[in-house]
Amino acid sequence: MNSIRNIRIVVAGNGMVGYKFCEKLLARKKTEQHFEVTVFGEEPREAYDRVHLSEFFAGKSADDLSLACRDWYAENNILLLLSDPVVDIDREQKCVRSHHGHVVYYDYLILATGSGAFVPSIPGVEKEGVFVYRTIEDLELIQSHAAKSKKGAVLGGGLLGLEAAKALLDLGLQEAHVVEFAPRLMPRQIDEAGSRTLQNQLESLGLQVHLAKSTQEITGGDCIEGMLFADGSLLEVDMLVISAGIRPRDELAKIAGLETHPRGGIVVNNHLQTSDPNIFAIGECALAHHMIYGLIAPGYEMAEVVVAKLTGGEKEFLPFDMSTKLKLIGTDVASFGDAFIEEPTCKTIRYENKAKGIYKRVNVSEDGKTLLGGILVGDASQYNMLLQTFKNKTILPPDPEDLILGSRGGEEAGAGVMSFPDDALICSCEAVTKGMLCHEIGEFGHHTVDALKKSCKAGTGCGGCVPLVKDIIAGVMNQKGVYLRNVVCEHFNYSRQELLDLVKMNGLKTYGAVLDEFGKGDGCEVCKPLVASLLASLWNENILQKDRAPIQDSNDRYLANIQKGGTYSVVPRIPGGEITPEKLIVIGEVAQKYGLYTKITGGQRIDMFGAHLGDLPNIWEELIDAGFESGHAYGKSLRTVKSCVGSTWCRFGVQDSVSFAIEVEDRYKGLRSPHKLKSAVSGCIRECAEAQSKDFGIIATEKGWNLYVCGNGGSKPQHAQLLATDVDKETCIRLIDRFLMFYIKTADPLTRTATWLNKMEGGINYLKAVVVEDSLGIAAELENDIQQLIDVYQCEWKEVVQNPELRKRFTHFVNTPEKDPTVEFDSMRGQKKAAEWV
Amino acid sequence: MYSNETTQKVTWHKACHVDDIPEDGGGCALIDGRQIAIFNFSRRGEWFATDNQCPHRQQMAVSRGMIGSQDGEPKVACPFHKKTFSLQTGKCLNDENYEIGTFPVMVKENLVYIGI
Ligand SMILES: Cc1cc2nc3c(=O)[nH]c(=O)nc-3n(C[C@H](O)[C@H](O)[C@H](O)COP(=O)(O)OP(=O)(O)OC[C@H]3O[C@@H](n4cnc5c(N)ncnc54)[C@H](O)[C@@H]3O)c2cc1C
Ligand code: FES
Repeated sequence: MNSIRNIRIVVAGNGMVGYKFCEKLLARKKTEQHFEVTVFGEEPREAYDRVHLSEFFAGKSADDLSLACRDWYAENNILLLLSDPVVDIDREQKCVRSHHGHVVYYDYLILATGSGAFVPSIPGVEKEGVFVYRTIEDLELIQSHAAKSKKGAVLGGGLLGLEAAKALLDLGLQEAHVVEFAPRLMPRQIDEAGSRTLQNQLESLGLQVHLAKSTQEITGGDCIEGMLFADGSLLEVDMLVISAGIRPRDELAKIAGLETHPRGGIVVNNHLQTSDPNIFAIGECALAHHMIYGLIAPGYEMAEVVVAKLTGGEKEFLPFDMSTKLKLIGTDVASFGDAFIEEPTCKTIRYENKAKGIYKRVNVSEDGKTLLGGILVGDASQYNMLLQTFKNKTILPPDPEDLILGSRGGEEAGAGVMSFPDDALICSCEAVTKGMLCHEIGEFGHHTVDALKKSCKAGTGCGGCVPLVKDIIAGVMNQKGVYLRNVVCEHFNYSRQELLDLVKMNGLKTYGAVLDEFGKGDGCEVCKPLVASLLASLWNENILQKDRAPIQDSNDRYLANIQKGGTYSVVPRIPGGEITPEKLIVIGEVAQKYGLYTKITGGQRIDMFGAHLGDLPNIWEELIDAGFESGHAYGKSLRTVKSCVGSTWCRFGVQDSVSFAIEVEDRYKGLRSPHKLKSAVSGCIRECAEAQSKDFGIIATEKGWNLYVCGNGGSKPQHAQLLATDVDKETCIRLIDRFLMFYIKTADPLTRTATWLNKMEGGINYLKAVVVEDSLGIAAELENDIQQLIDVYQCEWKEVVQNPELRKRFTHFVNTPEKDPTVEFDSMRGQKKAAEWV
Repeated sequence: MYSNETTQKVTWHKACHVDDIPEDGGGCALIDGRQIAIFNFSRRGEWFATDNQCPHRQQMAVSRGMIGSQDGEPKVACPFHKKTFSLQTGKCLNDENYEIGTFPVMVKENLVYIGI
């Protein structure tokens, strides 16, 4: 062994590809071969995930983005020198010299210097307030400047520019502009119709798009004040992010006399060797097959090829697919394969939905058998499937339009993922094929995405393949005859719906009984609240009685939402958002007496925060005396029915929306369901109550009411869909009765109505058939079931206040009446707030 | 009745009456200025005690967590972010970075004592 000298490797650049090279080299290390690796990095921190850089603005820290911590390098005997770029290469002596004067000898030198932002030489680019978008430091500067800016612009309407522009919007700038030299957005990835759709979508998000603008000058004193264009127009901005393309970092290679391309890039052969065979270049600094591959997957593949070569393997870097899916810009955009190919060399199928902002195009071979490429704007949910179909040359179904329209026969369109060949590349970042995944799943029992991430790294790069990986897991399990049923947990081998039926048929009313009859073990935090919710949905008995208190989620157990610091919030019901001055005064007095923070909620009621556990019964006693009831803000149950003021006061109102909202809220209050329920009633089509973003929403018409269902606000907004038109009040209520009970009976736990509908085969048409046309013949039963629940409604808090046994549980300590002494508050704008997490 | 064996010498502190802790639930006692979560795991016929503070975000809430078992091991889930801790060893079962203290429990004449 002694006769073998260690092979010395120097890596210049600790970016994504430089890091991946190290990782792959270590994974392949053979015992008889020893590598001595030195890595020089110009940036002050170890390699991080640049692809997800924008998530820095969403709160991810540099540590979260880091690809491996300092210790990893040390543990693997890699000498990592940061803030210390390589400045010179002596190819004769085979050594490099760094900025700090380190001289290190190499057998092989790997250049992974990446690229920098290309900054065009416009007069004024040096001004304060002009940034590029490449490193964590860039983003830190942008963030602090944005805090004092109002109007920002991005120069460049390409992939990265749009991502940066969306980031400016998210940073809270009042105006965010995109300035593009070409007459349309993303001219290199998508066609004209696609650009138009994309532009509309972005404009509806609040971005302002300026096309065919050539920037002549950046105006202002020390600090940027505006952009002057060739057509004489001026755009006033106080910050600018330049995203006009990338420029390979080939300056070091040039100094060393290696061959570079006049337009930038270190020229390499199929083995990624530069003009000096002992020096390799990988990642965005390398020019292979006459092009710079500005994406992460080809960069990783380059690292793989060099590692193979150094460890005695043979692998070539072949032209790489440049399909892209853009993330983080608020709307989907994707293109793959040959996106622009025109008839007659192919058949092109286009689909455009202006109202929804969707444009899709697929190019199919003349014989209609294979997919050549395509573009998706507004909805790229089929991207992974299409990309794989394209890459694997899968034979298309007889009606290729089903690829983008979705088949109308009910079955999933296209060939399923299980029909791909075993060598189909699923995770292109980590080069994991379908065959490898099937093996990991089938032979080693890695059944979850997390397990697969650990075992073969699939899905750890850009993450785009994760949905496909999930499909493959389900496919393999299916083939093995294991149906992935959504069973509750290790204690119950049933789905929620099965368990609901069993509990109902057997008339079980306590958790203990359900566990004895149908479960095993002692239960857990998953099945307990689930059974609690079933029991509540079935019988609507007080959730704290019998053995039911300790099986409720903490919020339900104390009939209040636990907040940071361990205090609770108090939310009395204010049906329809209507409240008398007298009751308003009571809320104010109670909040004052118990030192609570008050805030008006989006659901038109008033939250009081910061209540000690021990104070809750007293607070509620006072509220109940004044005529309030529990608002169930803590429960998976009806929250609020929001209303606009309607025909009683509003000059546009056509119906009395407030009265109807109160009626609806009173009817369904306390109803326990798989997830929370929100509703609203608008008095006219101006829709001020935003009923179409609710689980069920009602809008007044001249002739009656329109009923919409399965909408959602929050993080995944979805418009509600029309279930019935111009119905009278009674019919409307009857339909809601059926709809809610059908949801309660069939939805998975913690599934909002929108997701429930999205997963429902047949979608809204099926739902309509069941609820409106009673196609299953269960309407009477649904109405009857819900009426029983409504009949036994009681205010939970009233029962607690009146019941000393229940009341006793509302103390922090069991052995002293003291309050929790560790609770701390800070103050803000004259009220209290919870102390920060430590 | 003993539920946890211990070899260390401990001092027994009276914490509360058995009725103060709901069946299959928990409560918190203040003992010598220290907050201790006590669990009456009546389904298993066992009592457990742990720190009341969750080490994840330093929240005083473990006693309000839900108890249950994982592969037969009794555990409690913090109500804040559902970190779950073994009631026997105090080890966090879904994040190896955390652990809470556990204490022996003795029940005598309907009174609950904690050994510290
Ligand atoms: C905001 C943003 C979003 C992106 N989104 C995507 C995406 O969605 N999908 C995708 O595939 N790609 C995306 N990319 C591109 C992707 O990040 C790059 O392809 C990838 O980072 C290239 O890796 P690299 O190692 O070649 O270069 P880099 O990650 O840039 O690393 C090069 C490193 O070398 C250092 N260096 C330079 N010269 C020297 C020297 N002389 N000595 C020492 N060190 C030196 C640099 O400072 C840098 O740290 C995105 C990029 C950005 C900026
Ligand atoms: S504070 Fe306990 S899980 Fe976060």
